[in-house]
Amino acid sequence: MSLLSIDGLTAGYGQMTILRDVDMALDEGEIGVIVGPNGAGKSTMLKAIFGMLTVTGGSITFDGTDITGIRSEKLAGHRIAYVPQENNVFASLTVEENLEMGAYTRRDDVSHVLDHVYEIFPDMKDKRRQPAGELSGGQRQMVAFGRALMIEPKLILLDEPTAGLSPMFMSVIFDRVIAINRTGVTVAMVEQNAKQALAIAHKGFVLAGGQNSYTDTGQNLLDNPEVARSFLGG
Amino acid sequence: MNALVFFFDNAILSGLIIGAIYALGAIGVTLIFGILRFAHFAHGDMMTMGAFLSLIFAVLLQSMGIHSPIALAFFGMFPAMAATALIAILFDKLFYKPLRDAGARPVVMVMASVGVTLMLQGVLRVFGGVSARSMYIGSPKAIFQFHLPDATRPIVLTEPQIILFVFTAVTVFALHYFLTRTRLGKAMRAVSDNPDLASITGIDIRHVVWATWIIGGALACAAGTLLSMDVALKPDLSFNILLPIFAATIVGGIGQPYGAIAGGFLVGLCESFAVFNWSILLRPLEPMFGVDFPSSLAIVPTEYKLMIPFVILIIVLIYRPTGIFKGKVL
Repeated sequence: MSLLSIDGLTAGYGQMTILRDVDMALDEGEIGVIVGPNGAGKSTMLKAIFGMLTVTGGSITFDGTDITGIRSEKLAGHRIAYVPQENNVFASLTVEENLEMGAYTRRDDVSHVLDHVYEIFPDMKDKRRQPAGELSGGQRQMVAFGRALMIEPKLILLDEPTAGLSPMFMSVIFDRVIAINRTGVTVAMVEQNAKQALAIAHKGFVLAGGQNSYTDTGQNLLDNPEVARSFLGG
Repeated sequence: MNALVFFFDNAILSGLIIGAIYALGAIGVTLIFGILRFAHFAHGDMMTMGAFLSLIFAVLLQSMGIHSPIALAFFGMFPAMAATALIAILFDKLFYKPLRDAGARPVVMVMASVGVTLMLQGVLRVFGGVSARSMYIGSPKAIFQFHLPDATRPIVLTEPQIILFVFTAVTVFALHYFLTRTRLGKAMRAVSDNPDLASITGIDIRHVVWATWIIGGALACAAGTLLSMDVALKPDLSFNILLPIFAATIVGGIGQPYGAIAGGFLVGLCESFAVFNWSILLRPLEPMFGVDFPSSLAIVPTEYKLMIPFVILIIVLIYRPTGIFKGKVL
C-alpha cells in the first residue's frame, strides 16, 4: 500500500482547472520526481497535495488517511512538509530561529531534531546566528529544507529546489535530497533539470497539459527515447 | 553653566520625554503594520482611551481608600493596559477581522481604522467631556530638583517623567526579550517577515494577531496615560501626536520595533531642538564671535513644531527610503 496515493485528481486556482484526472503513487522511502514542460501543472500538483488549491475531483490519500482538501496549516500534524520554490525562508530571522519556527507546531523537545538537521547540513551550524536573508541562494535552500525537516516529516514536498542556482550548487542540492531520503523521508519533488532529477528518482511522473503523460521508474524514463525526445531535450 | 542646564532641561530632557511617548506609540503602530499590513489610525485615540481608563481605575483605587507615595494613576495604568488590550482585540474581532477575511485591501483597513478613531473620539467626548483633567487626583505632582555644583539653576524632573523613563526602559528590554527569546515573539517576527511561509509552517496566525493587539493596545494605553500624567488629560491629546508617531514609525523603518524606538526618540529630540531658543546657549559665547545674537533664536517657532517630524521624514525617505532600520517598502 502506497504512502501517498493520488487518484483522478482534478484541481486548479478557483474556477481555472489546471490538473485533470492525474494519478500518482509513492511508496514509503521513495523519491518521486515530477517533470514536464512549463505550464504542465507540476508545481500545481504539489500545491494541491499541500491543501493550497481547490480540489474539484479525485482524492489524495496519505498514510491511509484521506487528506483531500485539508488546509496546509493542518498538514504539519500529518507530518507532511512543503518547501516552496521562492521566499522559502524567514529572511530577518536567524538560521536557528528559522529551524525553530519549523517546529512551531511541536510542543515537545526538538533539540535532537535540530542536531539531526545540523548533521545533514553541517554548514548551517556555523551560520546558525546569521539572518537567513544574508545567505546565498543555495544556503537559503538548505535552511528551507532544514525548516521543513523540523517536524520530522514522513513526506517532504520540494518545489524546484534548484531553480536559480549555479550548476555546482545544483548537484549539492540533489546530494542533500538523497541524504534526506536516506533518513527514511519520502520525497516528492518538482524539477526543471529533468535529467539530473530523474537520475536520483525511484519514480518519475511526466506531466503535460495538466495530465499524466508517462509514469515509470526514473531510469526507465531516462532510457525511453520518446520521453527523451519530447521532454528531456534529446 | 546655567545655560547648559537650561539646554539640558529644555532641549534634551523634553526631547527624550516626548520621544519616549512617540516610541511607545510607534512600537504598536509598527507591529500592527508588520503583522496586519495596515496603518492603524485609531492608535492615537486608543492612547486617549487608555488614559481615561487609567484615570477611572485610579479613582476606583482612591475610593477604596488606597493611598500611595506614587501617583494612583500609575497603579491604575496596569489594569487599564489590560483593558485596552482586550478592547483592541475586541475591535479587531468586530471591525478588522471581517474585512481581513473578506480579503480587503490595506487602504480599506486604513479607512476602517479612521472610522474607529472617529467613533472613539465621539465616545470619549460623550463620557469624558471636552475639558482638560489632571491625572493627579489625590496628591500633587512631585517635582525633583537636582542641583549641579556650578549652577544656580537646577535640573528639573517631575514624577511622571521619571516613571516614563523607567517604564520605557523596562518596556524596551521586555520587548527585546519577547521578540528574540520566546516562541510567540519569534513567530511574530516570522509572520511579519513572510506571512505565506508562516502559515505553511503551521504558525497559528490568530495567536500572533492577538499578541500584536495586546502589545499595541497595552503600550498605547501606557503612552497615553504617561503623557496625560505629564501634561493633562484632554480628549484630543493623543490625536495630535498621532502624526509624529507615524513619522517615527516610517523614519525607523516600517515593521521594525527597534526602528520605532529609535525613530520615536529621533523625532522627539529633533522637535525639541528645533523649538529650543539657541540664543540662551550661544549668548555666553558672544564675546568670542564678537556679535550680538538676537534674543530669540529658535529654528522654528513652537506653533510650527508639528512640521519637524515631517521634515525628518522627508529627509530620511530621500536618503534612506526604507527607514533607519531597513523596513518594509510601502
